[in-house]
Amino acid sequence: MIEFRQVTKRYDSDHTALRQVNFHLERGELAFLTGHSGAGKSTLLKLLMVMERPSAGEVVVGGQVLNSLPRRQIPYIRRHIGVVFQNHQLLFDRTVFDNVAMPLEVMGASPRDTGRRVRAALDKVGLLSKEKMNPLQLSGGEQQRVGIARAVVNKPPLLLADEPTGNLDPKLSADIMNLFAQFSQVGVTVLIASHDIALINEMGRRILTLDHGNLIAGGNPMQGGSGGR
Amino acid sequence: MAADPTLRSRKPDPARGARVSRSPWREQAESYFVHHRKVASDSAVRMWRTPVASLMTWTVMGVALALPVALLLLLTSLQGVSAGWESSARVTAYMQLDSSLEQTRELAGEIGSDGRVAGLELIDRDRALEEFRASSGLDEALDYLDENPLPHTLLITPEENARSAEGVAALVTFIEGMDGVERVQVDLGWLQRLNAMTDLLARAVWALAILLAAAVVLVIGNTVRLSIESRRDEILVAKLVGGTDGFVRRPFLYTGAWFGLGGGVVAWILLQLSLWWLSGPVERLAGLYRSDFSLNGLSFDGGLALIISAMLLGWLGAWVAVKRHLDDIEPGEIAGG
Repeated sequence: MIEFRQVTKRYDSDHTALRQVNFHLERGELAFLTGHSGAGKSTLLKLLMVMERPSAGEVVVGGQVLNSLPRRQIPYIRRHIGVVFQNHQLLFDRTVFDNVAMPLEVMGASPRDTGRRVRAALDKVGLLSKEKMNPLQLSGGEQQRVGIARAVVNKPPLLLADEPTGNLDPKLSADIMNLFAQFSQVGVTVLIASHDIALINEMGRRILTLDHGNLIAGGNPMQGGSGGR
Repeated sequence: MAADPTLRSRKPDPARGARVSRSPWREQAESYFVHHRKVASDSAVRMWRTPVASLMTWTVMGVALALPVALLLLLTSLQGVSAGWESSARVTAYMQLDSSLEQTRELAGEIGSDGRVAGLELIDRDRALEEFRASSGLDEALDYLDENPLPHTLLITPEENARSAEGVAALVTFIEGMDGVERVQVDLGWLQRLNAMTDLLARAVWALAILLAAAVVLVIGNTVRLSIESRRDEILVAKLVGGTDGFVRRPFLYTGAWFGLGGGVVAWILLQLSLWWLSGPVERLAGLYRSDFSLNGLSFDGGLALIISAMLLGWLGAWVAVKRHLDDIEPGEIAGG
């Protein structure tokens, strides 16, 4: 589903965010991405979202090499990737329902379809009763779940999360992680960037560890390269 | 290692565009229109939420649009006047004093049979004197004269196709060359000056209209730029969840068009108000000149055309702003550190 081949990302100021990173994730796999702050977690996610392009190597998502993707095509790739942010990026000028409906609206789904799918997604995260509220009226954990509902509403094959439990207490964090585990069970590939080591170890899943832009653990050993340094 | 074939098929295909799997095209088109309607009404509602700011923008647009349109209307009114006079342009031929009525009749027959002449009236010297006596008030002074000082006169109306300046000039030369004709008079000089003036005015008005249209585009562009700034978060999220450039642009283009609509309506109102305010004095002035000159208002079609052009200008202004500023907003900064 995801494949990184010798990916290097260098920013202008001699700052190398990622060095020859190699790994791949299968369909339905759930993996964590961890490392100190500035280790390159966000850069890796941005490469998957085509917010950034690699300086060298290839990023492949769903069989599509993203390097040479024309700018016009980027929106269509993003429709197949659900993203959850630490600060959830909800819009406070509209209801919970309208926030979750955004990916469907963008795709041009019919209103009937939209209603059905939004309610299914809200039901999944346990917020069906709050669809008409403004996200501001919700607690932090609920806001994060709205963000998750929005990320999965169009059933993307790939789900990315950037510190999804950053602001939450351990109980809520565990709930959210279980939610992600459920998605991976139905075939969604999930990659979660987090530095909540305790929680990650508890989950017992694959862990990709970045250190100063090098993937030092969790890569695919058979591929060699810097992944198994 | 090899990607799952079912996933492969989900990769974007340029030919498929934004189509959702399974969704028949009819439903797709329907939701496209539903979306357009929603975006259009959303943009309108947003405008109503800031009534003072919107009204100010509309007024600026209205004034900028009303000015050149008012001048254009004045111009068409003036051109109507000169066209009216041109069609009634008459060539007056004065006979020599010693030519007899018989000679004049003969000449009139000859001129009347010319293809360029539509109508001809002969005023013999006795009738001319009577008319002069009646209209001039020089009754007694005329009695002192030994004989009638007025010649026989021919009033010639040129044919429609000979009414141009050159046509009339050729006709004048033709008549001047005839025996017994003393002088031919045609009052075209001032008409030509009026025409030259309206031509000049027309160019000035068009130059002004183009400048003001550019001003309207810039005003709308700036307003839409502010609106883009205030909706930055929304644009970021829309781009993140896969909104195309067209999708992100749409609300702002509608905003521009709505500003144009408001501006066009304000311009129309301003025009009708000033017309109503000026029509009384204009009528009085025209009456003093015994002219049927009147200021023409904007017809319904004209008003509609004004509003549609205003909407197009608003749309264009929004497009300029969107082109310049929307591409700058990329979700790169959203995922921190």
